[in-house]
Amino acid sequence: MTITVTGTKKEVADGLTLAQLVIDEKVETPEYVTASVNEEFISSSSFEDTVLKEGDNVEFIYFMGGGQ
Amino acid sequence: MIKLSRSDYEKILAHAESELPNEACGLIGGVIEGGDKVIKKVYLLTNTDHSNEHFSLDPKEQLAAIKDMRAEGIVPLGNWHSHPESPSRPSDEDKRLAFDSKASYLILSLMNREEPVLNSFHIEGVNSEKEELIIE
Repeated sequence: MTITVTGTKKEVADGLTLAQLVIDEKVETPEYVTASVNEEFISSSSFEDTVLKEGDNVEFIYFMGGGQ
Repeated sequence: MIKLSRSDYEKILAHAESELPNEACGLIGGVIEGGDKVIKKVYLLTNTDHSNEHFSLDPKEQLAAIKDMRAEGIVPLGNWHSHPESPSRPSDEDKRLAFDSKASYLILSLMNREEPVLNSFHIEGVNSEKEELIIE
């Protein structure tokens, strides 16, 4: 199936989970990453349960913060 | 080396001052030319911590900014935030939460309101290094 990952179309296996996509995409510091699928935000605790579908648009958002 | 336009510097400064006493934050996007970074656009985001000691970028605004960068043909170069009451240098928390060693981390100190100080840093683990910042 074809999905879009961070703006780029990719062919991936049917039934791919978000958790596996994080591994395949070599996402750094996944514990500090939130994903959005079709504009819906998904926390890392739900990556295993999120099965991607044809045409999904996935974005990874890296936590950015700090303090003085 | 990283370049920032005077007008974008003024945008960052004005936003940071308007957010006092809290920290302000945002993203920077631009191009990389021969190893030098040129900031083409600054993004003023919400500090979801609403704190004078911490900041977290709003993830929804962050995503919108990233999409805007894509549409503009520029790339994420890093982020910026203000230190209302401390110098322009990465704190321990800034270092702990800096996950991208290639990014530029701009820190604006408003400790002396008459003389704001903006510096840019590379951060890798507990080490940080100031990079040359040109505002013109």
